[in-house]
Amino acid sequence: MLEIRDVRVHYHSVRGDYRVVDGVSFSVHPNEILGIAGESGCGKSTLVEALLRLIVPPGTVDTGQVLAPALTAGTSDKSDLLSLSEEEFRQLRWKNISYIPQGSMNALNPVMKIEDQIIDAILTHDTITRAKAQRRVGELLQTVGLSQHVAKLYPHELSGGMKQRVAIAASIALQPDLIIADEPTTALDVTIQKMILQTLKRLKQALGCTIIVVSHDMPVHAQIADRLVIMYAGRVMEIGSVYDIFGEPLHPYTRGLIATIPSIAKERKRLAGIPGASPSPLAWPGGCRFHPRCSIAATICQNEEPELREVRPGRFVACHLVETAASLNA
Amino acid sequence: MPATPLLEVDSLTQVFAIGRGIFGHGEIRAVDNVSFSLSGERPTMLTMVGESGSGKTTIARCILGLTAPTKGEVRYRGKNIATFSGKEWQAYRKEVQVVFQDPYGTYNPVYKIDRVLQVPIRRFRLARSRDEEEEKILEALRAVELRPDDVLGRYPHQLSGGERQRIMLARIYLMHPQLIIADEPVSMIDVSLRAAFLNILLSFEQEYGMSCIFITHDLAVGYYLGGRIIILCQGTIVESGDMDAVVHDPLHPYSQALVASVPPPDPRMRWSDEADMRAGELRRVSGLAQGCVFRDRCARAMPRCAESPPPMIKISDQHEVACYLYE
Repeated sequence: MLEIRDVRVHYHSVRGDYRVVDGVSFSVHPNEILGIAGESGCGKSTLVEALLRLIVPPGTVDTGQVLAPALTAGTSDKSDLLSLSEEEFRQLRWKNISYIPQGSMNALNPVMKIEDQIIDAILTHDTITRAKAQRRVGELLQTVGLSQHVAKLYPHELSGGMKQRVAIAASIALQPDLIIADEPTTALDVTIQKMILQTLKRLKQALGCTIIVVSHDMPVHAQIADRLVIMYAGRVMEIGSVYDIFGEPLHPYTRGLIATIPSIAKERKRLAGIPGASPSPLAWPGGCRFHPRCSIAATICQNEEPELREVRPGRFVACHLVETAASLNA
Repeated sequence: MPATPLLEVDSLTQVFAIGRGIFGHGEIRAVDNVSFSLSGERPTMLTMVGESGSGKTTIARCILGLTAPTKGEVRYRGKNIATFSGKEWQAYRKEVQVVFQDPYGTYNPVYKIDRVLQVPIRRFRLARSRDEEEEKILEALRAVELRPDDVLGRYPHQLSGGERQRIMLARIYLMHPQLIIADEPVSMIDVSLRAAFLNILLSFEQEYGMSCIFITHDLAVGYYLGGRIIILCQGTIVESGDMDAVVHDPLHPYSQALVASVPPPDPRMRWSDEADMRAGELRRVSGLAQGCVFRDRCARAMPRCAESPPPMIKISDQHEVACYLYE
């Protein structure tokens, strides 16, 4: 579906370059929910903004390709999303790729009925009649589990969870092949979060689309992701199926991240956390970017940045000491 | 005769007027008849869990004396805080300390971190000399596992959110309060740094005997702390008791929905059930002056739930629930 190659997004300032996304490569498979996980400042939101060509100065996408032949077929003879013209990319938006940004439920127009907002979006990108678009709104609301009468309401009449589902309904209005959702449940109550996550899972099955979910919240990924990309300090640390990553995390950072989640489902254990704090994108640590916080770091980790290697089929890890790290799970 | 409780919240009610003007008016009962107490004999870890609008922050503000309740009172060591003299307030301000949610908004950006720790020492005369002051600061930083070189002489913006919240704990350590009110203290800091904060809070309770009211929307965080729990729903207590008893066997339909909605951090434990649409959905802004606050979202509501609010029913010594199902 997508092949992301060596994407770098830098923000330029008088103090130097903030290397927020600094050489990220991975692929997205068709009809999967791919989770991108990492803590604040790891570059996960900036990365998807780059895919969506939303980076504006002082930020620039310095290098990289995002190959998506299945999405660009019919629009352009180029397959790299980053080298399409503005007009070509505009044609893909909403129709082929849609985006549910962070806090999108607050982006609804307060003085327009829900129905009119979604119809507007449809008519901007499609050539159907208004009456047809109106019928589609009804179907869309049903898909996300809202009743038809919501169409006639204004945003202030809806709860946060309903608004978020309206935002999701709008994003699927033109049956996109790829949906990118950034922190879709952050700031929602847990009872509502559960509904939203189940709505996203149902969409994947019903529409046969691919979904990228960006979230800092590992339990969210555990519930809905098929595969996970773990980011730290602008780089990918680990990629694998969600079962493999939770069952046997191979990168010490992933391991720490999973070990530090409190849970009511398991016996209460003392949580250790990860010592230190996230580094600054102005000056990432040399060598492995995680080495100052890593419990098994060796000399090589201070001097050489590890490449992301496929250590098992479908399992990628950027760690010099992956064998040592793996033995910690035993 | 039992000792006087450290803190008693007695029939606390806080009503806010809304929409005064041409659009008519109404009121929101942010907190409605909430009562609980903390023992004066041994330290307590009490977690208040609730979703947005459950009134948890309003209760904290009443305890801190930042808002006067509409009805009811807060008593500290048996005395209504509304009747405190100036001197008693000063003592209360030392004995009850607070950590707020936003580690970025609580600091004055023009002062170095050192000042955050010096001010309380001077204000409450905790040290007799500059040397002793410095010694106290170093001791406090050790207690919260911060290296003095990493934080002293630096400005707030140079510290991470996790470090800033721990400086707040260092400040609290200096004061050795009786009670800490922590209002969503970890919700804005990264998961990898949360554990350190929570572990320090636990050590304050266990090693120094400080009680804590921990306010959170995150049941898993509260569960980690153990102790007691109060579950709030729209301004009222729906269930309370021992943390393990309540989380492992939630009785109120709202508590059950809450517990069932916490995502297990393990893909082998995925939800098999559908979300309870009602529990998460219909929520009123105000109104429902009588009856159970959860009844219009409750799958098991009965006619009498609309008549009068259910009383607190004692299930065991460690478990109480406000629901007619258990009468």
